[in-house]
Order: sequence, then structure tokens, then C-alpha cells
Amino acid sequence: MAQTIKGQTGEWEIVIGMEVHAQVLSESKLFSGASTTFGKAPNHNVALVDAALPGMLPVLNEECVRQAVRSGLGIKAEINLYSVFDRKNYFYADLPQGYQISQLYHPIVGEGELTIDLEDGESRTIGIERIHLEQDAGKSIHDQDPHRSFIDLNRTGVALMEIVSKPDLRGGDEASAYMTKLRSILRYLGTCDGNMEQGSMRADVNVSVRPVGSTELGTRTETKNVNSVRFIRQAIEFEARRQVELLEGGGAVVQETRLYDPSKGETRSMRSKEEAHDYRYFPDPDLLPLQLEQGFVDALASDLPELPDEKRARFQAEYGLSAYDAGVLVAEKETGDFFEAVAKGRDAKLAANWVMGELFGALNKASTDLADSPISADSLGGLIEAISEGTISGRTAKDVFASMFETGKSAVAIIDEQGLKQISDEGAIESALDEIIAANPAQVEKAKENPKLKGWFVGQVMKATGGQANPAVVNKLINQKLG
Amino acid sequence: MTELNRLTIAAASAGLAKGEFSARELTQSCVDAMDERSDLGAFITPTPDLALEAADQADAKRKGGEDAPLLGIPLGIKDLFCTEGVQTTAASKILQGFVPTYESSVTTNLLRDGAVFLGKLNLDEFAMGSSNTTSYYGNVVNPWQSASKPDMQLVPGGSSGGSASAVAARLCLGATGTDTGGSIRQPAAFCGITGLKPTYGRCSRWGIVAFASSLDQAGPMARSVEDCAILLGSMAGFDAKDTTSVDTPVPDYTAELGAGVKGLKIGLPREYRVDRMPAEIEQLWQQSAQWLRDQGAEVVEISLPHTHSALPAYYIVAPAEASSNLARYDGVRYGFRADAPDGLPEFSSLEDMYATTRGEGFGAEVQRRIMIGAYVLSAGYYDAYYNKARRVRSLIARDFTEAFEQVDAILTPTTPSAAFGITEEPSGVEMYMNDVFTVPASMAGIPGISLPAGLSSDGLPLGVQLLGRPFDEEGLLRVAQALEDAAGFTATPQLMA
Amino acid sequence: MSITRETVEQAARLARLTVADADKDRLAGELSAILGFVEQLDAIDTSDVDPLTSVVGATARMRKDAVTAGDEPERILANAPDRVTDFYAVPKVVE
Repeated sequence: MAQTIKGQTGEWEIVIGMEVHAQVLSESKLFSGASTTFGKAPNHNVALVDAALPGMLPVLNEECVRQAVRSGLGIKAEINLYSVFDRKNYFYADLPQGYQISQLYHPIVGEGELTIDLEDGESRTIGIERIHLEQDAGKSIHDQDPHRSFIDLNRTGVALMEIVSKPDLRGGDEASAYMTKLRSILRYLGTCDGNMEQGSMRADVNVSVRPVGSTELGTRTETKNVNSVRFIRQAIEFEARRQVELLEGGGAVVQETRLYDPSKGETRSMRSKEEAHDYRYFPDPDLLPLQLEQGFVDALASDLPELPDEKRARFQAEYGLSAYDAGVLVAEKETGDFFEAVAKGRDAKLAANWVMGELFGALNKASTDLADSPISADSLGGLIEAISEGTISGRTAKDVFASMFETGKSAVAIIDEQGLKQISDEGAIESALDEIIAANPAQVEKAKENPKLKGWFVGQVMKATGGQANPAVVNKLINQKLG
Repeated sequence: MTELNRLTIAAASAGLAKGEFSARELTQSCVDAMDERSDLGAFITPTPDLALEAADQADAKRKGGEDAPLLGIPLGIKDLFCTEGVQTTAASKILQGFVPTYESSVTTNLLRDGAVFLGKLNLDEFAMGSSNTTSYYGNVVNPWQSASKPDMQLVPGGSSGGSASAVAARLCLGATGTDTGGSIRQPAAFCGITGLKPTYGRCSRWGIVAFASSLDQAGPMARSVEDCAILLGSMAGFDAKDTTSVDTPVPDYTAELGAGVKGLKIGLPREYRVDRMPAEIEQLWQQSAQWLRDQGAEVVEISLPHTHSALPAYYIVAPAEASSNLARYDGVRYGFRADAPDGLPEFSSLEDMYATTRGEGFGAEVQRRIMIGAYVLSAGYYDAYYNKARRVRSLIARDFTEAFEQVDAILTPTTPSAAFGITEEPSGVEMYMNDVFTVPASMAGIPGISLPAGLSSDGLPLGVQLLGRPFDEEGLLRVAQALEDAAGFTATPQLMA
Repeated sequence: MSITRETVEQAARLARLTVADADKDRLAGELSAILGFVEQLDAIDTSDVDPLTSVVGATARMRKDAVTAGDEPERILANAPDRVTDFYAVPKVVE
């Protein structure tokens, strides 16, 4: 999908800003000692303070602060040593306190940036406005009883990072590239598991359109809680088209909250809920301002893992990979790690080809992913070695790989079991050849006259060695003996 | 031994230690007193059986050679402290039937030190009020009666009205209170007892139903300065569960009580001389200053220029925080949930359930403050009201900081009047004026103590207030002891058990 | 600032309070009086101070990331006005 959309009256530019909610990876909640594990029985991951029982008080989890700061460092952002938790007041069944603790006025992370990689090989830098910490809400379940909704507070109070981009994104491709890259960075940092199906990452997508060439922002809509990269693209596509049609028909875009319905592929207004929201933010008097030491931030900065952009550059430099190959390999931290484990001390180009070609292909076909790969990095490395050392031919290697994938056995084991090892030992080949020469003096004479007939000897050696003789060695010896 | 319930905590502890009487006997005398004076309405939930059981345990412990600072001492607990297994209402209908599954940190500390709880004391609903007339569970009556109108029921002050009335009427030896803008000191003054609001952060707020989080502070109410010192020693302390509680050691507050005021400098803020203040209050104030001077203190006039901004700023900050703190009472997880409207089996929506529950569950004063709070925080007004009030708070705090560079303690009247009749209660903003002398210390977070220093011409107790440096409760108590010694206040209320 | 009946209705809606029609004018008067009282702060010069964030002058204390609570649904749900198994139950929320 392009950055622009063609309407009846001309080209429109699609302007997008994203607010991504990413669940912080931590053992316990932002302000309570209840667990953050997914899928527990209802109201089992709930501390007294999460249920907002009278007199209960929040106590800030230092790990969530650390993770937010690390995330900020990962997007090269300014870290605010002074930040404040505010209350956002509104009523909802799964918001027990009647307010969400968030950071409006003084977020923990200020401006940063992120480079997105587009399919045409181009990159673009997207500005990030801020990251703040806030509490997740609980869950209302509406389909269990005709007259009542059920409330489960297990998620209530789990730490979220809200990562707010500037309206720098153009079109669905960039938006999905942004989400993909952000997810990748957070997963590299280990600050969010990026599991969008479980809701660990979801986006509020702000979309507006304007005639190409215009510098003013149009009125935007906010589509809430979009929870997959594909849906983000679809929601933007639908929303941009809807806005263009509205504007070209002489109408106006209403600034409102919308919901994306994946089953219909469209967004719809949530206006009923929007009614007179006035969040009455004020600093939470139960929580003192958060003051970080520069040393704390510096220590986290120096301890940051290698991030996707750096890793890609290193893969290109260190392993001689193309930008494209390196990009594919670093998109997921696990893939990059896997590749490096395969490539370390081996032929890196060969390793990259096998990881991205055979392995990805096989995984894809088996609808599984790297984490569940039947072939370990070590094991694939063994295969690469066997190829490099000439133990097996490239042709045989594909068969070996297929067996490895099927059985989970190592390359060496399969080569041994199936007797696929090439005979490169000159002595063994020579004695086989000598026998053939001794047994076929007529053929020897003919071959000496017509070198084209040497091929017959190659075939005989292969036959005698069960096809395992290294063809290069065989050829060499025949040439020596038959001149 | 008779009238054990009239002993001070210090005297009762001594008697218990010497074996002159048992904790059961002491507790029984309080239980009897509670029965006798149930007409005061001091308790919402009396727990005599639990109290006697706890007293027996205290006796058994003492027999086993154990001792603790409050072993066997019967206390009343303001019904704003959550108590495990005992109904906690905050004097509101909306918490009727709420039985906490946890114990507040302050009451946990008291139990650790051996205290016996007699039950839960009445208060203004959610601690909002200065007369204890906003409780859903009925008014509390002041055990004092005026000479001119002996038949008139007087208010005990508020919000810790039940605590003050019960301590004054000798229903318990001491009580817990909480003070947001004067809720310990003002009722202490009205009922002729001693009440201490510690420095904000000295006592944990964990498990205390919140009114205004940046102001709320628990403190002791008792019949002597020494008793307040003993209780504070138990109640105070750092609590990791309340990040606004301060990690500083708890001294033995009784150790320096007798050190006197010789060489200390006491300030009298000129701004506390307000219009329409009865002359007898001004006289008692000056008399108190003279008592301290007589004991070797230097008394100087000081200025706290923003004194009169404290009350209006308080009536922005406290309702704003309260409006948010009270949002959790929605009928979903605990407490009262309203019935669906006439004839309908259920509510049409969640919104409906909320609004009806809250409309029926909160009393008029609470609703007023919630609405004021919602209004001053709403879009477009936040800076003009809330941030302005917080800036004024900075000025008030600065006034005190500067004053304490000159003086060791500040002496003021506690209230601009003595207790008034329940039916004579002023309304609206006039009512708020009750707290004009107590609110500034709350806004600055500094400690303050009120103690009875004399009687009005109508025979009602009048209190004076001492304010001290942050976390210098020791110094404050020392001055208070000197004043108590000099004042020699021995009058007792007419409706005493 | 004088509070109108409409402002009362708006504040009541924000605060989720059902206010009887008959009480709205009275409340408007009462709230106006309170706001009138607090507006004397306008006369105070606060240009050289920041809003007070904490009277104890301290900054946030944090806790270690450890699971110390949970698996006690009875402690959480004991006072629920309505519940179904371990869920709180409320009138249907219309999305």
C-alpha cells in the first residue's frame, strides 16, 4: 500500500501517528506484587491494591522502571530523570480504582527515534514523542450471562509502556514496518515479549489524510487496540479511504475514537463511549515523583544488548552478507542468534543460505517457527561443516537436511547411518581403480587413445564404492593413471 | 478497684505491671462504660467480646512473663482504619457490611504492642466534616455540656468525633484518629482531650480509608500528653507498603517529656488573631504563652503570612483528591450496591448502577466535596484551581520553614470557638472556618498537637495547639508536657462514664 | 465563578452521582459558595513557587520485582455484592 491514495479529486497523503501499548516484561505488576503470568484462573493474579480495596496503596516496581528506561535507550531517546505518575480518572467496570495511574505531564522517556526498513530497501527515520508507564485494565467478559458481565482483574495493574510516535508515518506499509521494527527492538531488549495475539502489544492508530503537497494536518481519527501488523495495515487502508470519500463528498472527518473489526475489515465509531470524557488528570498523591540517577541510566545504557540495526551492520561487515540477507536474519533476535551459532567458525555465506533457504522453507512448510525447529543451530552447523569439508556433496546435503528435519538427528548421525559419507581417501579409491584397471586391459587401451572414454572408469569406481567416492578425487586419479 | 476506665494509659500500664488489676478487669470496665454511655453514639461497631478475648490473651501473656508497651490497654479505633474481620464503614452507607480481609499497618502495630481493641469509633462520613454530623450511623454527642444550655447536645467536633467523645467520656483509655485538616486536633479541643497529628509520613497510611492522600495522617488521641507519646511510639514507623511513609527511626517519645522548655523559643503567629474570635480564646492563648514564659521559654511574635490562604487552598486540594479516592466505591467489588429502580429486576446499564449506588451510598457532604473535586480538576480549570492551590501550599510550607529558623515551636489556639450545639451547626463555608487554625499545619505536613488548657465561660473545654518541626514530635511533646503541667486541666465532662 | 444547574449536572455525571432534580439548584448555590470562597486565592502571588509535590520532600521508593501476592481469590472477592465463581458480576456492559 502506498503512502498516498488516489481519490476522485486527486492524490491524498495518508498521515499516521501510532500509540503502541507494550506490556513490560516483569514478574509482578507495576504497583503490586501480583504475578503478570498469562492465563491464570480469574482473579487469581490480584493483590488487594489491584482490586482497589479501601486504604490500599501502590508501590512502584523498580524492574518496570528499568525496562522503560532500557526501552527508551533502545530508541535513542532522552531519559527524563524526573518523572511523575498521574491519575487519569474515569469509570469502567474493569478499572477498580476509578482511575488509571499513568504519566501525562512528566513521562519517564522523552523524544527518540526509530528507523524503519521498507521493502524497496529504503529506510526512514520516524520520530518518537515519548514513552510513559501506565497500568493495564482488567477484563470484562460479556458472553457468559445474558444480563451480567463478569469482571476478571488478572491484568489490572500490569505495567504497560505507551510508546507514542510523531505523525511521521505515511501509509500502511510504513505503519506496519514501524510496528514490526518496534516489536523487534523491544524483543531484543527483552522489555516486551511482543506477543500480539495475547495482547502484549497493541496499537492505537491515528489516521488523517490531506491533499498531496499540503503541509497542514487533517482531522484525525483514533482506531483503538489494533492487535496485529496485518490489521494495522487494513485499518489504515479502510480508514484513509473512508476519510477521502468523506472529504471528497463535501463532508468532514469527525475527531473520534474508532474500533477496527477484523471480521468485516472496517472501522466503526465508538462515539457512544466517547461521551464527555474529561479525565481530570492530576499527580497521584500516593506516589512521590520518580527521581533517577544519571549513573543508573548510564549503567543500563552500557549494558544494552546489540540491537537490530547494529547487528545488521555487523552481519554485513563481519560475514559479508548482503543488506537484504542481513536484514532478514536480524528481524528476530532468535533468528540472528541462530544464524550466528550456525555461522560461527564456518562458511557464513553458506550458513546464511541454508538458514534462509532450506531451514526457513521447511519451517514454513511445517507451519512452525524457529523456536520449535527440529534442527538445532549446532546440528545445522554440522551439516554446513560436512559440506565445506567435502564429506558430502551439495546434492546429498539436501537429502541429509530433509532427514534431519524429519528425525531431529544430527547431520553426522544421518550421514553415518545412511552411509552417505563421500570417500575422499585416495588410497581406497586408488585400490578400487587399480582393480578395475587390472580387470579391463582392453578398456584401458581404448581410454588412453580416446580420453572421452575415461568416463567409463569413473562410473565403474562409483559403482565399486557404492556411489560414495568423491568425484573430484576419482577424476584426478584416473587422469594420473590413464594419462 | 473501681473506675479503671478513667485511668490514663500510663497509670493503667503501671497497675497492670504491678498486678493491681487484670487486663480483663480493665477492659470490662471500658465495656461497661461503653454500655452506659451508648447514647453518645461514639461507636459504630463495638466489639466487646473480641475485646475481652484479647484482654484474656494479654493477661495470659503477662502471666507468661511477656510484656509489651500496650499489653492489655483497651483502645478505640476510628472506623477509618481497616480491621481484619471487623466491619469497617468510614461512617458511610456505601461501605456498610464491608469486612476487610486485612489489617491496617497502624492497627497492626498497636496489636503487636499488645493493645486491646474495643470496637470501631464513629466519625464524619469519609472523615469529611468538623462536627461528626455527617455519619450515616448517626451523630456523636460531646460528653461536655454548657453551663448556659445544659440540655443542648453539643457536637464533639470532627472528623474523629467518636474518638474524642469516647476518650473524653472514659469509654476507652485512648483512641486512634486521623487528621486531614484538623480532624484529630479540633475534636480533641472540643472534647477536652489531647490529640496529636504527627508529621505527614510518620505513620503509615496503608489500610486507612483514604480521604485526601497528600494530607491524611493517623495519630493518637488520649487524656494526657504522655499517653499520646506512648501511643505514637507504637503507631509510628516506616512501612514499605506506603511509599509516602518516611524511613526514620521511632524514638522513645516519652524519654524527653520532662525536659522542660527552658531556653526554647516559642512563636505566636500574628495571623492567628482572627475576626470574631471570642476574647476568652485570645486570653487563653496569651495565658498559655505566659505559662511557657514562666518556665523559661522565650516567646516571640512571628508571622506566617499565608495562613489565611490555607483554608481556601485546602478546599481545593482535599476535595480534588477525595473525588478521585472515592471513585473506587462503585458497588462492584465490595460494600453497598443499590437496588435496581422501582419494579425493575436489574439495572439497564453499568452507568446506571454506578450513579444510583453512589447517589444513594454517599451522604450530602461527601457528594458536595466529590463534585467540587471533579469540577476543580476538570478540563480548563486544573491550573486555575488545583495547581494554584498546590503553589499556595508551597508558600504555606515555606512560611513554616522560615518560622522554624527562628523558633522551636509555634503556639496557637486550636479552634476559633468552643463546641457548639448539634442544632446550631453552621452551614457551608462557615462550618469550614472551624479548621482555620488546624489546616495550615496539615497543608505543610508538619506535626501539631492540641491539648486542653482551660474552660470557656460556659464551662466548655478550650484547646491550644502547638506546631513543631517536621519529624520533631519529640520536641513538640516536650513543650506540650510543659504546657499541660502548667495548665493543670483536671475538669471532666458531665456525661462521663 | 457561579455554578449553574448545568454545571452541577455535568459534575454529577463526571462523578457518577445521581442527583435528584429537586436538589440541583440547592447544590448549585452550595458549590458556588465554596468556589467563591476558594477564589480568594487568585489574589495570592504564586509566580515564584512551583506546585508542591510532596510535603515530605522525598522521591519515589521502589520495590523489588517479586511476586508477593495472588492466588487468594477469597481475600479479593469476599465482599463482592455479586459474584459468579471467581468473577465479579455487574449489570451487562453495553459495548
